[in-house]
Amino acid sequence: MIGLGLVNALAGTLFLGFAVVTLLSRPGARRPAMALLWGLVSVSFLLGDVIGDTGNGIVAIAIVAVAAFGRPLAAPQVGDDHIAARSVLAARFGNRLFLPALLIPLAALSGTLLFKALPGIVEAPNATLISLAVGAVLSALLCMIWFRLDPAAPFKEGVRLMDGMGWAALMPQMLASLGVVYAASGMGEAVGQLFGYLPTGGHLFAQVAIYCVGMALLTALMGNALAAFPVMFAAIGVPLLIGIQGGNPAAIAAIGMLAGFCGTLMTPMAANFNLVPAALLNLRDPYGVIRAQIPTAVIMLGANILLLYFLGFPS
Amino acid sequence: MFVLLAILVLLAGLIARINPLIVVLASAATAGFAAGLSVHDMVARFGGAFNANKFVTAVFLVVPTIGLLEQHGLQERARQLMTGLKGVTLGRLLFFYLLARQLSAAVGLTQLGGQVTMVRPMLAPMAEAAAEQDEAEHDAEHVKAMSAATDNIGLFFGEDIFLAIGSILLMMGVMKGYGIAVEPFHLSVWAVPTAVAALVIHGGRVLLLDRRGNRHGTGASR
Repeated sequence: MIGLGLVNALAGTLFLGFAVVTLLSRPGARRPAMALLWGLVSVSFLLGDVIGDTGNGIVAIAIVAVAAFGRPLAAPQVGDDHIAARSVLAARFGNRLFLPALLIPLAALSGTLLFKALPGIVEAPNATLISLAVGAVLSALLCMIWFRLDPAAPFKEGVRLMDGMGWAALMPQMLASLGVVYAASGMGEAVGQLFGYLPTGGHLFAQVAIYCVGMALLTALMGNALAAFPVMFAAIGVPLLIGIQGGNPAAIAAIGMLAGFCGTLMTPMAANFNLVPAALLNLRDPYGVIRAQIPTAVIMLGANILLLYFLGFPS
Repeated sequence: MFVLLAILVLLAGLIARINPLIVVLASAATAGFAAGLSVHDMVARFGGAFNANKFVTAVFLVVPTIGLLEQHGLQERARQLMTGLKGVTLGRLLFFYLLARQLSAAVGLTQLGGQVTMVRPMLAPMAEAAAEQDEAEHDAEHVKAMSAATDNIGLFFGEDIFLAIGSILLMMGVMKGYGIAVEPFHLSVWAVPTAVAALVIHGGRVLLLDRRGNRHGTGASR
């Protein structure tokens, strides 16, 4: 059966390629540090299942050390003549340029459906990720043939984007790891005790508001609603909203999670959603995307409190 | 209770604007110390989790394709496409994208979109082109930031309607731990009111971009 090993091998090769082209061809004083960063990520993908937990821990710490002590490279400004040249190419290739980009999600979708219909070929829980990875590689090959490029081109163009994102690209993986350490350290119980001291006077609206706002705040700190949900659901959802107030468990869970998503929109910890696009779009303000999202997030948090208050409890 | 110090470390790091990677590592170390783990155990536990979750970084397999297409005019093509369309304003473009992103995420097509694959190469250039066609003045930074924001908001308040998304499975798992049995459908149906609220609230905000722009425009022409 095809499993995550294929994805790891492809991603490891990609990051190894990023490290090599960075060392060989890209100018600038930050070159060795960026090559080391992508090289370490490559080690994690290619050798992570061999070097053991302690080895992976050392690799993770090394990645943080290399990534943190250098700013991400400023995305190179594109000159006017360059844009003019690309406009000519855009007119020549036309809307066919969209096809390879759309091929990737299409491969993810059709692969998921195909491997569900034909079990036994790929590991079922990972079918989407495997299809996505294979689709991405096929799509890059298609572009190489179409544009008649040498094999180094996909790595050179890819690393241009990766350098713009820099360390922020690694945040989701780090946050997921942090959640595991928290869970092992009894964080959920501790937060539950903390909220046990909060006086709500038995008012349902106050309890709903504390639950939703707490979910958003904890998500903002931990960068991930999936990490905050078990903590707040255990602390307030189960004992107060379900146990004492008799609310609908499905509504309390689902709307609580969505209140957490409001926190995701407001925090730099959710770097992949908030800081990466600011870097990708060359915004002067790294918090520009967060600033654009805050009005929607605050109003949505209020909306979720009202929705849960009015829909989630017997009147 | 000492484990709560780990949360304070996150808070302090965020306020001091220290690199979040360092903050995460410091917070994990604090939680580990509070739970009485040895340094070796802590490194091993973090390393094990880091290795188990590396698949989330594998999504960057898409960047070579996007980089190659950009080098051959993808962003410029997205702009050219907009100039041919009459009646498409910045607000209408973002509203349509928000709706499409919510609907596609709601049926499980969360990959159809995204900051690397859709916003940078296609949506942001289209939004910029639409803003330039507008008689009104738009702040270029805000146009790009709103494009990215609209993708995130459409994803977050659409995906939970789909049954097999990670957050739904997590909720089911957590609730099962308390002896509460729910079907995925029961959870996803409760995501619908919030999805509608998001369309109204954020959709209203992006449509207001046109209104605000026009006012500036008439003001400048007087």
